[in-house]
Amino acid sequence: MTANARENILSRLRAIPTHGRYTVPEAPVIAGLALSREERIDRLRRMLEVMHAEVQVVAAREWLGELKTLLRTRALNGLLYAPATPLGAVLEAAWEEGLPPLVPYVEPVEQCRESLFTIDAGITSTRGAIAETGALILWPSVAEPRLMSLTPGLHIAVLEAEAIFNTFAEAIDRQGWLEQGMPTNVLLISGPSKTADIELTLTFGVHGPKELVVFILQ
Amino acid sequence: MAKTEDVAIFERNVAKALGDGQLRRNLRSAMATMSQRRRTLFADTEAFEQLRTLGQSIRRRALSQLPELLEQLEQRCTANGIQVHWAETAAEANAIVLDILRRHGATRVIKGKSMVSEEMHLNHFLEEQGIEALETDLGEYIIQLDGETPSHIIVPAIHKNKDQIAHLFHERIPDAPYTEVVEELNAIARGELREKFRTGDVGVSGVNFAVAETGTLCLVENEGNGRMCTTAPPVHIALMGLEKVVEKLQDVPPLLRLLTGSATGQPITTYFNMITSPRRSGELDGPHEVHLVILDNGRSGIYADPERRTTLQCIRCGACLNHCPIYTRLGGHAYGHVYPGPIGSILTPQLKGLDEAGVMATASTFCGACEEVCPVKIPFTEILRMLRNEAYARDESEHEVQGHGYRYTTVEALSWKSWALYNTSPALARIGAQMLSKFGQHLPMIGPLKEWTRVRTPPPFAPKTLHELAQQRGLDDDR
Repeated sequence: MTANARENILSRLRAIPTHGRYTVPEAPVIAGLALSREERIDRLRRMLEVMHAEVQVVAAREWLGELKTLLRTRALNGLLYAPATPLGAVLEAAWEEGLPPLVPYVEPVEQCRESLFTIDAGITSTRGAIAETGALILWPSVAEPRLMSLTPGLHIAVLEAEAIFNTFAEAIDRQGWLEQGMPTNVLLISGPSKTADIELTLTFGVHGPKELVVFILQ
Repeated sequence: MAKTEDVAIFERNVAKALGDGQLRRNLRSAMATMSQRRRTLFADTEAFEQLRTLGQSIRRRALSQLPELLEQLEQRCTANGIQVHWAETAAEANAIVLDILRRHGATRVIKGKSMVSEEMHLNHFLEEQGIEALETDLGEYIIQLDGETPSHIIVPAIHKNKDQIAHLFHERIPDAPYTEVVEELNAIARGELREKFRTGDVGVSGVNFAVAETGTLCLVENEGNGRMCTTAPPVHIALMGLEKVVEKLQDVPPLLRLLTGSATGQPITTYFNMITSPRRSGELDGPHEVHLVILDNGRSGIYADPERRTTLQCIRCGACLNHCPIYTRLGGHAYGHVYPGPIGSILTPQLKGLDEAGVMATASTFCGACEEVCPVKIPFTEILRMLRNEAYARDESEHEVQGHGYRYTTVEALSWKSWALYNTSPALARIGAQMLSKFGQHLPMIGPLKEWTRVRTPPPFAPKTLHELAQQRGLDDDR
């Protein structure tokens, strides 16, 4: 049945029309944003904050202190992290008493589903960000799985200021997405999960994280 | 015959919707808000015009090479490990989905929002097979609880207000307290669905864009339920209409901007989810199997006509609904089909045939608002006019829309013939005009005249015709 479906559909699409013409209008060339480094950081912060993300722009050597301060103010049952990433190594080295336990994501989801759905917080790196619309680029990998930024109620993301691009198109281009091949999953994330399905009332924290905290490292 | 039946049903639906004060109030505030948000985002009209010309160009370029792009998409997806299936009809697509579910012994399906799955009536089909298909988008979840279908393609429960939803949750969800606080209603749904995400056997989603160049499936959403459905279960099935393919990865950014901006006035949604393969070796999560079902279901018939092909440019933003004077007063259910509003009015009669859904093409004032806001410049009024003409056209050779001529009647054809004769014979026209100005007020109100004057006062006929007035003024016949 399906083998025929393919051929039938394609042959119908290939049939030469008996009348009329289908034209493709010329694509206008639209100049993208061209902001300075500072402007990009500023715009990204502003756009993310509008979407209720909490953004901290901090010096690279100070961010761990800020993270610890943030975590100490919360009663969290754990912080999910990816031990095989550079970020994971930094966290392990810096961890101390009084902070929520670091919980490594090292087993396949089939073995740790329960804990993934009950842990309060997760921390991930990012591959970059988009200033124009305000969005982080996440590039999950073997070391840093997909659910880390989804199941915990609090998602903390760490971003290098150098990796903030003007536009989505620029990020694809400059990071060579095509050349290196697309990974299993790429995500653009612009805030905590939200809905406006009841009377268009904007509400945050639906099925994904209720909070998104972004550290932009200068 | 279906003809009078579908017209009668539609007229009944319209009367019912217009008489529903609650529905009218719910819609009025929601539609005004949605269009205001869009206007604010695209405040720079010149920049917007450029962007949508680009959007139109991208979509038309994709459609101009559709069969090649679909083959490329299939080839890339397959190379990435995604299993591609083709379905000519909704029934075939349902059978493909069921087959996958059966192979995995799946009984619980979690679904992200997908209009194609509505077109397939997938939930109903799976229910009959004893499989639970749970909608997880909040709006879809609400209407599924109430046994309804979406009334809007972006905000499916927009016809309901929070009081109605409060009652619904309290009555249908075990142990749910009665609350009209939106945040609390949201929390109830989150709690209910979280367990489902954790235990779902198979996730089903739609596709917003499928990139032929890389074999990537793109999904746009705010809630995170789409990510859940495509990441947490061991199997993911993505459903797409065959027109959803785009050529290049770089085609995606402008379309994404147009889609989220036109739909809800957002510069971008919370999540843009790009899926290129199932779980690869060493990865700890994500589905082991990803299936892509490419559905025709009448689309290739639309494609065959280059003029009507523009219908397939649609990226399903719903802006035409929010700005339509008909939709904003009726809501989606009155249309009686899955896709409502202007896009539904041009798409459905072509997918299902004029004899089944042709009446939808009459749901337009030809104000052109849909055309003005469409992010890919679909020529709505042109297609509507074409469909209305086809509804009366009997000649087999010239017409391609299935079910054409369904409204043709001998009486009407004869009336127009007489009208033509009257207007091409000066003597006849003169006598006729004189008769009408003398006796027009006493015309018997029957047939269409009766219907027309039911809610309107018939205007009096002028004592003199325009022709006579012009002659009095000394104007030439030629001017």
